[in-house]
Amino acid sequence: MATLTHHESATAEYLEVSPGTNRKFFMIIVAGVILLAIGILASVLGWGGHHEAAGAAHGAAAAHGAEHEGSPIWLKRVLVSLWHSNIFFVGVSTIGTFFVALQYVAYAGWSVLIKRINEAMSAWILPGAIIMLIVFFVGRHDLFHWTHEGIMDPKSANYDAIIAGKSGFLNLPFYLIRMVVYLGIWWFFSERLRKISLAEDLNGGTEYFHKSINVAALFLVLYAVTSSMSAWDWVMSVDVHWFSTMFGWYVFASWWVSGIAVTTLTAIYLKQAGYLRFVNSNHLHDLGKFMFGFSIFWTYVWFSQFMLIWYANLPEEAVYFNQRLGGFNGAYTWIFFFNLVINFVFPFLLMMTRDAKRQMIMLKIVSIAILIGHWSDFYLMFMPATMKGDNGFIIEIGVALIFLGSFLILFTKRLSQASLVPVHHPFLDESVHHTT
Amino acid sequence: MTKRFALGIFEDEDVLLHAVENIRGAGVKIYEVFTPFPIHGMDDAMGIERSRLPIAAFFYGMTGLAFALWLQIYTLGFDWPMIIGGKPHIALPAFIPVSFELTVFFCCHGMVITFYTISKLYPRWKTPVLDVRSTDDKFVVAIELNENSDLNGLAKLLRENGASEVNEKEMTKN
Repeated sequence: MATLTHHESATAEYLEVSPGTNRKFFMIIVAGVILLAIGILASVLGWGGHHEAAGAAHGAAAAHGAEHEGSPIWLKRVLVSLWHSNIFFVGVSTIGTFFVALQYVAYAGWSVLIKRINEAMSAWILPGAIIMLIVFFVGRHDLFHWTHEGIMDPKSANYDAIIAGKSGFLNLPFYLIRMVVYLGIWWFFSERLRKISLAEDLNGGTEYFHKSINVAALFLVLYAVTSSMSAWDWVMSVDVHWFSTMFGWYVFASWWVSGIAVTTLTAIYLKQAGYLRFVNSNHLHDLGKFMFGFSIFWTYVWFSQFMLIWYANLPEEAVYFNQRLGGFNGAYTWIFFFNLVINFVFPFLLMMTRDAKRQMIMLKIVSIAILIGHWSDFYLMFMPATMKGDNGFIIEIGVALIFLGSFLILFTKRLSQASLVPVHHPFLDESVHHTT
Repeated sequence: MTKRFALGIFEDEDVLLHAVENIRGAGVKIYEVFTPFPIHGMDDAMGIERSRLPIAAFFYGMTGLAFALWLQIYTLGFDWPMIIGGKPHIALPAFIPVSFELTVFFCCHGMVITFYTISKLYPRWKTPVLDVRSTDDKFVVAIELNENSDLNGLAKLLRENGASEVNEKEMTKN
């Protein structure tokens, strides 16, 4: 057993992002751009039988008149996947701050050594917020049915009484205010907690710790409300006729487990690159427990939503699962089941034993599976509502890779800006001596 | 049967943890360590193997799951089929909550009963306490003695590693 005296405490470590690593991240972006270009070309030229069939269905819809409007399919797909991947990355980014805040309020000591990873994750909130506003202004008609011209005007041909009934909440000014407020709160508190933590590194003392707890507690209260409401606004309102009271939790669970997967993966990569000298299998074990537990939590929320709708079988609710299970010629059926297997069965069986939670290779496999799985969970939330049967994967994966590369560049940059070990955190020693 | 023990009394858990490592390192077998509260890292320091209780728990859970599925499929599917909400007689989504609960129920009760049995914590069992102060503020390392034991050597070893006192105690076990 590694035993340390007080004098041998962890000291500052600085991450150096080599040009080679940054080149790798850049290559991810390039790969994404190439996939995106291929995807757009394929969509415009109508490669593959699926798109011809979709095109035919489209003609029929266009004949209907008001049914189809907005951008051509390829552009619509680009806009929807920009929104989709950005929601995923902004959510995961905010989880970094949420995790830090949670650990402060719980007076948790074990997580101090990995705290800087969580702090650095929030680097994406600001760029993500800007992208979100731009995509909303450019693509809102492709994303949100409720933004259509005249949909809330009784005299218009587009009038929809149900959507008009929601106009008190879903109207452009209020929606924009809410969006700015959510992102503003998340960004402000991320920066605040980061700033206090960096000041603590310089000066030491427990006042920073107590200040962090106050800030963290306030953030948690605000995040509880904003995470739920942002899920209604950004995700649920694409299915504007449909509603579910579980939805805020459902989206949060997805973000949360993905955020823990990012933390675990980063900790392992840093460890394998020779950093985080004091992080050992005990810390990884705790992260593994979090991934295991919250994969089950996600499933619990998913199933709670599914079972009530399945049992009651009310048309206005069941339509959500009709579209995803067999709807649009079964376009989403396989991904519906894939989603359950990769997000529940796979982590559940692989992370069950203690040994698995302490082995880097197992944690790596499960983290990556969870990240792919929850990205596709968001895919399943957005695509049936926005793209109907015209969904695809090449453009979407391309966009996701562009986001991944950009996220990694900003994330590692922020990670290298401060010591990986918060040297003056009062619980640092507890984390160094942590055993599970 | 009567057993004799050398008891090293410690005041501090950190000292105790290092002492246990050193005593074992010196080739002395430790019978048991009595502490007022669980000490992180003590199991590793004492070289106690991990419990196999989780394996038992898995099988208790599987038993519960099998029982739950049998119960629901047999009663609702074959013994007394009823139409509920227009769903099929054997409607698996509706069975999941009960299956989950019975899996947990079997798993928990099985584990508790197994744990109490292997720890001999059933009713009327008297647990030997070698030094009652170990239930308050002292940490006690017990080393079993036999006719060849060098009591003075043990006492020296314990004191060198931070024991505040060393006692000898006999315990009759039935």
